Amino acid sequence: MTTIDLEDQFMKRVAADEKIEPKDWMPEKYRKTLIRQIAQHAHSEVVGMLPEANYISRAPSLRRKAALLAKIQDEGGHGLYLYCAAETLGVERDTLIEELHSGKAKYSSIFNYPTLSWADMGAIGWLVDGAAILNQVPLCKCSYGPYARAMVRVCKEESFHQRQGYEILLTLCNGSAEQKQMAQDSLNRWWWPSLMMFGPSDVDSTNSEYSMKTKIKRFSNDELRQKFVDATKPQADILGIKIPDSDLKYNEQTSHWEFGEINWDEFHNVVKGNGVCNKIRLKERQQAWDNGKWVRDAATAYAEKREQRKNESKQVA
Amino acid sequence: MNSKKNYILHLADNGLILAQRLGEWCGHGPVLEQDIALTNIALDVLGQARYFYQYAAEVDGKGKDEDYYAYFRDEREFKNFLLLEQPNGDWANTIMRQFFYDNFMQLVYTKLMSSNDEQIAAIASKAIKEVNYHLKFSSEWVIRMGDGTEESHQRVQEAANNLWEYTGEFFVPAPYETEMVSQGIATDSASLKNDWQNRVNEIFAEATLQVPQANWFQSGGKIGIHTEYLGIILTDLQYLQRAYPGNTW
Ligand SMILES: [Fe+2]
Ligand SMILES: [Fe+2]
Ligand SMILES: [Fe+2]
Repeated sequence: MTTIDLEDQFMKRVAADEKIEPKDWMPEKYRKTLIRQIAQHAHSEVVGMLPEANYISRAPSLRRKAALLAKIQDEGGHGLYLYCAAETLGVERDTLIEELHSGKAKYSSIFNYPTLSWADMGAIGWLVDGAAILNQVPLCKCSYGPYARAMVRVCKEESFHQRQGYEILLTLCNGSAEQKQMAQDSLNRWWWPSLMMFGPSDVDSTNSEYSMKTKIKRFSNDELRQKFVDATKPQADILGIKIPDSDLKYNEQTSHWEFGEINWDEFHNVVKGNGVCNKIRLKERQQAWDNGKWVRDAATAYAEKREQRKNESKQVA
Repeated sequence: MNSKKNYILHLADNGLILAQRLGEWCGHGPVLEQDIALTNIALDVLGQARYFYQYAAEVDGKGKDEDYYAYFRDEREFKNFLLLEQPNGDWANTIMRQFFYDNFMQLVYTKLMSSNDEQIAAIASKAIKEVNYHLKFSSEWVIRMGDGTEESHQRVQEAANNLWEYTGEFFVPAPYETEMVSQGIATDSASLKNDWQNRVNEIFAEATLQVPQANWFQSGGKIGIHTEYLGIILTDLQYLQRAYPGNTW
């Protein structure tokens, strides 16, 4: 078969909602697009551990401390499944990690914002995991099998994180005036960056078209962003805190909450590396990796020695 | 009743302070799998601490909850081993601290499973399963590093040498402990020394490590006289509860 025939057949399978599996033929562009997206997602899970890890030692109750540890550990687990899914496309985890450290690969810009209070542990769960869920639920039906399957498991845990985060804020909002203020301040700081998590507006989104065509992606950035605002506004009302957008208003005709202009200048700057935490996050990841090198080397050396001894004892016997 | 409360708090404080240290690794492990594994241990020892704090609250009978004992006691009231408040250092240091402690706690919990106190026995029966796993994990890593590369061997030997002086405290009973032993509630920790030492010898032999010979040991943790590290740990741990007292979180 010629490449054109193969490509044709591939597109037919995708159109019929068949899953593409690692051994199947796939266009190079599809493979590259998937690797980029899955790696970016994996890096986001792992870098995303850092802003929350900032509060483990200071969690205000033992129950919250345990829940936060478990939540961050889940994110590490997500990173692991995703790196495995990426590896099915013929790329090594270590290569991807090096690309993260060199700045060649991206991760979600939201993690370049600082966590400045306990309420941020709530806001991250509610808004950041919440936005991630909206991005990821459609990925459970993504055309690439291993990615779709990883997402099913990840999404279950993300919904749990979201409820847990919301519950942190609910407790604060039912608490003292200071606690409620903490929650409001946190919403003020995380609201706009959360909207930016859905990526550039459809008219400016460079990678979207091909992803939509090959069913890696099923909804546009703007569609998902709108869903997020519609779902989140009533939840903020229950908390009794105010979304920091004076243009936010309900449109009876469309049944959607219309929202104000996103500061895309800020978005592009944070993506470019100008966020307050970009350098800190990358440095912390890089350091963890570099400090771990001798440990990984020791594990490899020991495994090799063991293998060798096993073979030697077989020869003797 | 005070001795019983103090003994339970000693067990609880061990778990909490170790969890606090292990939590610092979360997101910073040498590789994702080990990051996750270490957080598992942190969660287990934190869980054990919570059971003991809840029971201490019951024994204390003042209507306080677990968080009161974790967040509103001062440095001098904490009764954890000095070993557990020592900084993480590198992976070798963290693992060696863990191995010394797991090795000891496995012996303690095994005995406590038949404590005269039903509640302590029940917590010990649950904890032993976790500690068995922790001990396997830390022993394997001691061996892997000892018999790995030249660098890992040297690092893990150094960790053993540095932490050794904090292990003597395990085997010197605090007054509240002695009283609990006499009531059949606690186990005589001095009697565990041989088993503990034998296991160190065995694992170190397999790891091609030298067992440290120093015989001067630090002590004080069990009776609330700590190294300088504990105060800083508590500053972090207790900050929110102390800054905004009387709130629910
Ligand atoms: Fe996640
Ligand atoms: Fe995610
Ligand atoms: Fe999550």
